[in-house]
Amino acid sequence: MKSSRRRFLKIAGISALGLGAKPVLDVLASSSETAAPKTTKGDNVLSAKRWGMVIDTRKLQSEEDLEPMIEICDKIHNIPKFENKNHEIKWLWAEEFKHEFPMQEPDFLDDRLKHMSFLTLCNHCEKPPCVRVCPTKATFKREDGIVLMDFHRCIGCRFCMAACPYGSRSFNFRDPRPFIKETDPNFPTRTKGVVEKCNFCAERLAVGKIPACVEVSKGALTFGDLDDPESEVRKVLRSNYTIRRKPALGTGPSVFYIV
Amino acid sequence: MLEKALTGTKKYYGWMTALLAVIGVGFACYLWQFSFGLGITGMSRDVSWGFYIAQFTFLVGVAASAVMVVLPYYLHNYKAFGRITILGEFLAVASVTMCILFIFVDLGQPTRVVNVLLHPTPNSILFWDMIVLNGYLLLNIVIGWKVLEAERNNVAPAGWLKPLIYLSIPWAVSIHTVTAYLYCGLPGRGFWLTAILAPRFLSSAFAAGPAFLILLCMIVRKLSKFDPGKEQIQSLAKVVAYAITVNVFFFLCEVFVVFYSNIPEHMDHLKYLFVGLHGHGVLVPWMWTSMILMVVSIILLVNPVTRKNETVLVVACITVFVGTWIDKGLGMISGGFVPNPLHHVNEYVPTLPEILIAIAIWAIGFLVLTALFKIAVTIKEEVAGLA
Repeated sequence: MKSSRRRFLKIAGISALGLGAKPVLDVLASSSETAAPKTTKGDNVLSAKRWGMVIDTRKLQSEEDLEPMIEICDKIHNIPKFENKNHEIKWLWAEEFKHEFPMQEPDFLDDRLKHMSFLTLCNHCEKPPCVRVCPTKATFKREDGIVLMDFHRCIGCRFCMAACPYGSRSFNFRDPRPFIKETDPNFPTRTKGVVEKCNFCAERLAVGKIPACVEVSKGALTFGDLDDPESEVRKVLRSNYTIRRKPALGTGPSVFYIV
Repeated sequence: MLEKALTGTKKYYGWMTALLAVIGVGFACYLWQFSFGLGITGMSRDVSWGFYIAQFTFLVGVAASAVMVVLPYYLHNYKAFGRITILGEFLAVASVTMCILFIFVDLGQPTRVVNVLLHPTPNSILFWDMIVLNGYLLLNIVIGWKVLEAERNNVAPAGWLKPLIYLSIPWAVSIHTVTAYLYCGLPGRGFWLTAILAPRFLSSAFAAGPAFLILLCMIVRKLSKFDPGKEQIQSLAKVVAYAITVNVFFFLCEVFVVFYSNIPEHMDHLKYLFVGLHGHGVLVPWMWTSMILMVVSIILLVNPVTRKNETVLVVACITVFVGTWIDKGLGMISGGFVPNPLHHVNEYVPTLPEILIAIAIWAIGFLVLTALFKIAVTIKEEVAGLA
């Protein structure tokens, strides 16, 4: 009696272990066994090897120049407005030189540049630290270089926020939906407890449109394939001296600034 | 053996009921957090980890410190510690339990926690932290339980336990190393970006943990007929003395590198913690208190006259525990987030519900600890024929 009970417990224990280990083993095993769901690219999708952006700050002199870009971004991405600064969600915003480029501020910088607003967003790094630390692959780098978020997989551990050296990530400290002025049905709203950030308008690229901020920038923002020597961004990069944020960290930001 | 935890004096029941009440209050706060989101805490976009993760970090240290009784006994055959290894292991069990709970309450989407298993990601240190913490918990439960059972039955522990015990020694070091790696591998966080973070974590762990164990030994001696022993307590006190001294030395190494190199991104965090930055400095009095406590404890513990006086030793151990708790449980995490990567100074202060949830987790830890110690001590009494 006792030995059979013991045997039963043994078998039950081992099978429970097996059930728990299966998904882990599945991942370690070759993925070819399970048929991947079929995906097809749309006809007018914009694609690149590595998307990048050049911001010509000479054409963005005042806060008012930045406003239309920030506004359209907030609007189409259903970004909530909170009273409490702790809960703030930011994808695209303005910073002064010393915050945008900390420790890079030259002495005796012109007052105009000193207090000018610089456009701040996710750098879509070549080697993104946020992707490196995510324990669930909820944040990942796409083959076109865009760093994206899977809002449904994110467990809200906020490791990516600690890892990002640019403060580009926001966390939903509470349900954002009641704080969205007007919900745009073309983009998902988020739930509480997940991280989000700029997505280089991946949803627009998929239907053949350039990022919204670039579209309304009146030429101040250039967007294109950094991997293509003939692209517009590469031309701009060839003919202008640009800087990137914290280049010494080796993250390889894909956003460049002409100052 | 579990039944030993169910019977006890009125005092025992009273203490357990009090803990349950504290847990109840914290659980209610957690339900609120669960429905509202982490917005009920003091955390923000800039300080995205707070009190919970800091408690987790501190407690990983307490858990790892079990190795300080296991190692001398099993590797150096220091017989005296054989009496108290079980106490160290059960302290580790209670601490790791708290660690796991602190991680859990910190998650924005706790119902998705299994995603860490469903989508295992070896390049994330958090993945490894999950493995080492759960492994360590399991090791200590199995080892502690089986060794105690053998002691009760008056037989030698099973042979298969030996490799597990040897494994638990480096494993203890690994849990705190991996926990330090969570922080010290992040670019752009100058405060943590230092190779000495893991050694610092370990030294403060080997000070705080054994100091706490000494206090527990004294409580056990007072409340039961089992005496953990004078020699044992004195040996532990020496461990604490070395560890706290090394901890302060490591900290001073950090201070030298940071200030002699004069690199602002590394200096600003220490400045924020110890003198305040741009008019912000809620932690300044705390950090100085921590430093003073650690220095006082070194004086009390290194000096044999004060160390051998058990009353003074109690004071020294409390000093070590509180000093290292402030250092790790308050300063270590906030200090890394202020100033933020864009060099804004946004401070963090935990809210009341956040603190109540944290206290409840500590209470769960004490509940587990009390039950396990009750079992261990009752069996020790039985074996010694004292019951």
